[in-house]
This record gives sequence, structure tokens and C-alpha cells, in this order.
Amino acid sequence: MAKTDIGPPDYKTMLPPVIQRNYGKWLYHEILKPGVLMHIGESGEALYTVRAASPRLLSTDHIREICDIAEKYCDGYLRFTSRNNIEFLLDDKDKVEPLIAELAVRSYPVGGTGHSISNIVHTQGWVHCHTPATDASGPVKALMDEIYDYFITSTLPAHVRIALACCLNMCGAVHCSDIAILGIHRTVPKVDNSRVPNVCEIPSTVSSCPTGAIRGDMKNKTVTVNDEKCMYCGNCYTVCPAMPIADPDNDGISIWVGGKVSNARSAPKFSKLAIPFLPNNPPRWPEVVDAVKNIIEVYASHAKKHERMGEWIERVGWERFFSLTKIPFTDMHIDDFDMATETFRTSTQFKWG
Amino acid sequence: MEKSKTPLLDQLEGGKWPSFVKDMKQAAEKSPMAKDLISQLELSYKEKIGHWKHGGIVGVKGYGGGVIGRYSDRPDLFPAVQHFHTMRVNHPTGWFYTTKALRKLCDIWDKHGSGLTNMHGSTGDAILLGMKTDQLQPCFDDLSDSGFDLGGSGSALRTPSACVGPGRCEWACIDSLDICYNLTMNYQGKMHRPMFPYKFKIKVSACPNDCVASIARSDFSIIGTWKGVIRIDQKEIDAYAASDLDIQKEVCDLCPTKCMEWDGKTLKIHDGDCNRCMHCINLMPKALRPGKEKGATILVGGKAPILEGALLSSVIVPFMKLEPPYTELKDLIDRIQDWWDEHGKSRERLGELIKRLGMRVFLRAVGLPAVPQMVKAPRSNPYVFFWPEDIKKPDEIAKEVK
Repeated sequence: MAKTDIGPPDYKTMLPPVIQRNYGKWLYHEILKPGVLMHIGESGEALYTVRAASPRLLSTDHIREICDIAEKYCDGYLRFTSRNNIEFLLDDKDKVEPLIAELAVRSYPVGGTGHSISNIVHTQGWVHCHTPATDASGPVKALMDEIYDYFITSTLPAHVRIALACCLNMCGAVHCSDIAILGIHRTVPKVDNSRVPNVCEIPSTVSSCPTGAIRGDMKNKTVTVNDEKCMYCGNCYTVCPAMPIADPDNDGISIWVGGKVSNARSAPKFSKLAIPFLPNNPPRWPEVVDAVKNIIEVYASHAKKHERMGEWIERVGWERFFSLTKIPFTDMHIDDFDMATETFRTSTQFKWG
Repeated sequence: MEKSKTPLLDQLEGGKWPSFVKDMKQAAEKSPMAKDLISQLELSYKEKIGHWKHGGIVGVKGYGGGVIGRYSDRPDLFPAVQHFHTMRVNHPTGWFYTTKALRKLCDIWDKHGSGLTNMHGSTGDAILLGMKTDQLQPCFDDLSDSGFDLGGSGSALRTPSACVGPGRCEWACIDSLDICYNLTMNYQGKMHRPMFPYKFKIKVSACPNDCVASIARSDFSIIGTWKGVIRIDQKEIDAYAASDLDIQKEVCDLCPTKCMEWDGKTLKIHDGDCNRCMHCINLMPKALRPGKEKGATILVGGKAPILEGALLSSVIVPFMKLEPPYTELKDLIDRIQDWWDEHGKSRERLGELIKRLGMRVFLRAVGLPAVPQMVKAPRSNPYVFFWPEDIKKPDEIAKEVK
């Protein structure tokens, strides 16, 4: 029997020799051009990083192709980033340009550094999730095709981090992104009373609901849902496949803006609601792509250098954000959950738009 | 020419950004599972609805997690993906790989599953996407023989993750890679055998730039920081002054504490007023370096919205030195998990439990002193709860009167 609890391979066996020699002794870095970093150690040695995009959903043969490239130029060393980019790690400067040339031939975008839009962190969507309100890989591909130039350049006021989660369980924890694309269900799960008794366990279905909206109906061996308490998370469907939540006519996407996780300048903050609902329109989600592009372009032309999306919006005010982006403000934008009143304006200090 | 069976997905093959559809088609050349996956996804694109079911407990011997059970709801149409389980493989810390290790992973995966992966999943694991139930154990056996192990799932410690840290970053205030790896190895039991009220995530960022989003995405956030003065290399300041960088406008004016002075020649930093946000260091990495006394700020409670709304982690230890074997850190994690385990309701994350029972109860239970660094401001409501021992009892009052 196989050994258990051996843990992951020791990362120290995965580090290129130049990193092993300079580990913890890096002095500074420069971005030589978009997608290319140079780190200099106290020893004077240089490490070059070439950052390339990946679709995250990778076939084994695609990974082998990445290995071929890393073996040709990087002595077989590479890493992935927290935003699903591939980083080729080299200590030979003369190999950097040939590597970039080969990546170009093989259509790997190189970029995602500095004031750019890096890869979109995203979830599984229709490819593999059981409660998605939208696809993940599809909207990401459609959007990145359109904003590709922001990946390969560094022309924005600051970096713009975009993330997508296909439902509000947020496996992709998108809630602190400059722009968050979030799939939302808007209708309660439909209980199939003929199937529940056969495929579901009533107590576990009842306890799966985070808001206590589900009650057992022991007489009919099924459950009932309190529509007013349900907030459409789909957790019940996880344990009881006879109460599907997906609703093709009402599921869709919401857009959130202005979050960040870095402590640079301003404190980390949540993304806030910009657009409550856009329809699912596969395969290229034109409404979502246009909406996100619009927000990026308004930000790019109004924010000051180094200002993240949320910092720009807080400086000019949310009322101006809505007027500049021409996004309609609705009653859905006003919080009505637990700590809602914290977001109400308790002063007479505001702009006319 | 034969008409394509996937006209919608075909439209995502073009364009400049790498196409996941190409990867799926590539895998489909070898794997009937990948082929049926594409067909099922095409149906989802047509109907605007997913076709997966969760359910059924699947796993490998000795573990309570690491595998996510997944089944098609249309096995009649797509028999090859009737079972399509995910295996989470704990990534090498920092996502560093040799091609040898990656190729091994690919060979194992081609042997047992769909040939499709996520590099990587949201928590950090390498995700093997889609395998039949009877392949789970043999796949795990092969992984284990090759030095890989599974990550966390369910109500367990999830796979800890870390930024690149001292591997490639001059700003690293702690050895994020070693801390993450050490904790991962130390807590194998808590990862593989779910026994908690809910999930528990640990993420390690080596500086306040927080490249692994520790503050937003983990219950226990370890973020590198420093004490003492920011180290200034005046010669390099001169070089920046001569470059395109406008030190006054771009650096000093954007400093949140306005602790910097620039007279066109010399940069002065009033370090006592600095809140270590990293902005100036980010802009002038050659001239400015974090202070020499390094450690971490520990924050807890971060999570996504389900259920009580999203929370950011908040400070519980302003500064902790972190040197191997990290005994103080592990003791704190154990005390916190024990308290949460004892008091947490099913599906209640640490941050929500602290909110429900109160920070002061939490601090006393885990033995941490209250300090002003924990709050943005003291309370503004007068509903103050005092500890019973601080309230005079009638017999004490009687004694005083005597």
C-alpha cells in the first residue's frame, strides 16, 4: 500500500541553482520590459524571469510543451504564479530573447508585470462545478482576447487585478479584486418531490442550508424552501441532487469593483457592486466583456499614476464613478444585509455626479 | 467536410489569448473522457446551464479528503464522464517545479484520468480534473510512489500556500516558503482527515504587498513585516532622482502617513510614523529596503462571503519573530484551532465564530493581550461587557464597609 501523509515534494528540490545560491539574499529587481524581470542578488548574480500566460485549464501535452521550452532555455526549471501564469526562470541573459522569440512563435503571450492586467484568477464554471451560475473559462477567454494589449504592455495607472467566480461561494475569493466578475443565481432551488425521498437524506439537506431556509417535510419525505430566506448559494444541491438551483433564464453575472489585497498606500478593501446583473451569453459574453472594458477604459483615462481602481473611486467618489462609467445606479446597489447602514452616507458631503 | 459538433466552443479557439478549448481538444485526442467533457460543455453553452452533480463519498484509503466527487447529470449522453472526480495534489511550495517532476505528474495523470488539469486551483493545489472511481486508489498510489501527496478538502486544513518570498524577492521579511512547507508537513493529519467545523486556510505572504492574498483568503494570515528603519541607499536615491521617477509626486505625496521628506537631494523617512505599506519600497527597490528586524504580523478570520458576509483577516499579533522550528507560531495555531473546534458550529469559519462570541473572549481563550494595533478605533457603543472578576460582589462590598 502506498505511503500516506508524505506531504508535497520538498520545494528546495525544485529551485534552480541560481535561486539556491541566492536564496534570501536578493538585493533588488527591475522590470526590463513587460513580462521580463531581472532580480539581482547580493552576490551580483542575476535571475531572469519571463512570465507567460496560460489558460489554467491545461492538457498534459500542453504541460509537456511547457517542459520542452523550460528544458531548452531554463535547464528544466519553472514555476507558476498565484494568478496562473507560467514563469520561466533563467540565469543566462543570452537565452532571454531567444526564449521570448520561441514563446511568440508558439503564441504564448508574455506580460502581466507592472501596471498591466495580469491573468484572470478564476474558478471551474460549467467545466467542472456543480453549482455554477455561469461558465468561468469562457468569459475569461472572451475578455482576455479583448483586453490582451493590457497584458502585454504596462500602460495603466496601476495594476488591475481581475478575478472571476462562477457563484457566490467564491472558490476564487474574488471579493478583493479591482474588478470581480461574479456568477449569480437569482431563483430558489426547485425541489423535485418525486426524487427527494429516493436520492436525498432529509436531515443533511436541512442542515446544509446556511440561512436555515430549508425545512423537513417528514410526512411526504421531502423538504420545503423558504423563498425569503434563500440567498441562492446552491449548497443544498451539493447534498441533494433533487433540488437543482441552476436557472438558465435567470442566472447571470454581476460586476464588482475597487477591491485590493495589497497594503500599499491604502488598506486592503472589498470590491463593491457596480453592475447587479448581466445575462449569460455564451460563447463570448459580449455584455460582460463590454462592461468590463468600459470600466477599465474610464479608469485608465481618469485615475492618477499608481492609483488602484478603488483608490481612484474613493478619491473622486462613487457618485462620480457611476456618472463617468454611465452605469445606472439602482436600489440593488444599496446594501440591505447585516451591516448595511455602514455604507449609508451620513453627511451632506457629496458631489452631484 | 464534417460539420463540427461543438460550434459554440469552436468560437473560443481563435483570438490572441491562450484557449482552454484547444487544451480540451488536445486532451480529447487521447482521452474519451476529455472528448465527452467537451460535448457536455458544448451542451452547457447551448442551454446556459451546468451538468454536474456532487455527491457520493469517494476517496482513497486512509484519507477523508483530497478528492471531490463529481458526476454528470446526463450520463445517457456522455457515458465517459459519468464519474468525473477531481484529485487535489499538494503543489510544491511556491509553485516551483522541475520539468522532471511535472512530466512525472503528466504521465501518472494520462494513465489514470482525463489528461486535463488546472495549474493551479484556487487554494493552490495542482488539480487533476476528471477520473473514474476505480482509478482513484491506483492514481494515488502512483502519486505517492513518485513523492506527491493530496491536498486538503472539506472541513479540514486546506493546502497552505505561500508567495515566492526569499526564493526570488528582495522584500521577503520572512521565509514564506519554509514556513508554509514546515506547517504543511506538521499538519498532515489535519489536512487529510477532516475533523474541523469547516475549512481552515493558512496563507503566508512575506511582505505587506501580500501576493497570495493572505488577508482576504485565509483564516490564518501570516504577513511579513519589519521593525526599525527603512534602509536607504543614498547613491541609488540620486539615480532615481535623475530618472523619470518624480520622487516628490509619485513617492512622498502618495505615502499614506506622509512620513517622508524630499528636498530634491536627500530623502528623509520618519520611521516612527511609517505604517510599512511598501509603496515607497515598491517604487524604489534599488534605494529602499525593509528594516533589518524582521518578522510577521499575524491576522485571523479572513473568508469569502458565505455565510455572514466576507471578512478580511484582522490583527491579533502585531509582530512575531519567525525562525525554525516556528514553535510559537504552531502553538498559537493549535490553541486557535482547539478553541474553534470546541465552540464553532458546523460550517462556521473562525472569523464568524470570533464575531459571534466576541474578540475579547477569543483573545482570552488563546492567551493574547489586547493591544491598540488590533483595531482601527475603539468601540463607539457603550455596551461594554466586563469580566465577572472585575465587578465587586456583595460580600466584597460588605467587607470594605467593615
